[in-house]
Amino acid sequence: MSKESNLKNMLLCLFVIASVTSALLCVVYLITYEPIEESKRNKVNAAIALVVPAFDNNPSGEIIEMEIDGRIVTIYPALKEGSPVGYAVKASTTKGFSGLIVLMVGFLPDGTIYNSAVVSHLETPGLGDKMEQKKHNWSLQFNGKNPTNYKLSVKQDGGDVDAITAATISSRAFCDAVELAYKAFLTVKPEAVNPGKGDEYE
Amino acid sequence: MNMSKIHIITKGIVKENPIFVLLLGMCPTLGTTSSAINGMGMGLATMAVLTLSNMAISLISGFVPDKVRIPAYVVVIATFTGIVQLLMEAYTPALYEALGVFIPLIAVNCIVLGRAEAYASKNSVINAACDGMGMGLGFVMALTILGTVRELLGNMSVFGYKFAQGDGMLIFILAPGAFIALGYLIVIFKKLTAKRM
Repeated sequence: MSKESNLKNMLLCLFVIASVTSALLCVVYLITYEPIEESKRNKVNAAIALVVPAFDNNPSGEIIEMEIDGRIVTIYPALKEGSPVGYAVKASTTKGFSGLIVLMVGFLPDGTIYNSAVVSHLETPGLGDKMEQKKHNWSLQFNGKNPTNYKLSVKQDGGDVDAITAATISSRAFCDAVELAYKAFLTVKPEAVNPGKGDEYE
Repeated sequence: MNMSKIHIITKGIVKENPIFVLLLGMCPTLGTTSSAINGMGMGLATMAVLTLSNMAISLISGFVPDKVRIPAYVVVIATFTGIVQLLMEAYTPALYEALGVFIPLIAVNCIVLGRAEAYASKNSVINAACDGMGMGLGFVMALTILGTVRELLGNMSVFGYKFAQGDGMLIFILAPGAFIALGYLIVIFKKLTAKRM
């Protein structure tokens, strides 16, 4: 019942199918564009709300983007009644066990780490994925530490961080991303480095 | 719906189950079933693409010249995959993220192209839809069972509900566990259906 396979028929048939399907995809793309953007924004906002103290501005609307060591870092300042209460910093690293790790790290204005959240990662389930707070409380050890007197590398490398058992590479990568986030934070708040006052955050 | 339609649907679930009997589409099967909900989500997404593409291909097969039928079918399948992907990203972002690269890969799932070529292109729209649903249900069932078993053994939970403390046998969450669990499930499935076949 198929049509004869001559050049005209084949071209016409594929042309019609390709046109109809691409038109269909266009329509669906337009319909879903807004919800997809919305869910991406929600995800970023949820991560920000998790890592900095309560704020009343829209941090996604006041982002500062910069490039450090060839990696893009985004800073979301959180303000309450006009004064900064914290900075959520989105930083990524490729030093993980597999693929990109994207973190959201929250700093208080004095540089103390308030909290952190994993935005996305591809680490091994059951090992490296313990960096997610819903899987394990490992990453809580960073909270309340100030990188001026807290070395952001695992103990095997002479730092202050307890690595995840059997996932040292993932732990190193996590530290690397936090370190990068801190570097970015320092470029907007250089006065946060004040070694003399470091002890009071312990 | 008469008996023959029901037969077309049940055939895909038991006698020609795409996973346990035909052993098609192994890549997403092994890759996405690290938890029951992921397996079911992947199954449902594939089922949607399979049913829609079966219907569309049954409709257009009369107009498609033989020599370009495979590219034509692949374009149709890829379109439905794209639609399902966009809808999932918009309305079920968590699931979309968990399934990752496997959603676009539905386009090249051999079950979908296999059913298009072997069944949909030669049968009526209704029958093709029934076949797509049956095969899809068989796929959903297999992936959900495999996901449940792996999550149960690997994480001591079912559909995210944790009923025992501890980590379970990690290997079942990792790739080797997928092969082991699937192997045993195929044995059990063959044993249970041996009399009927």
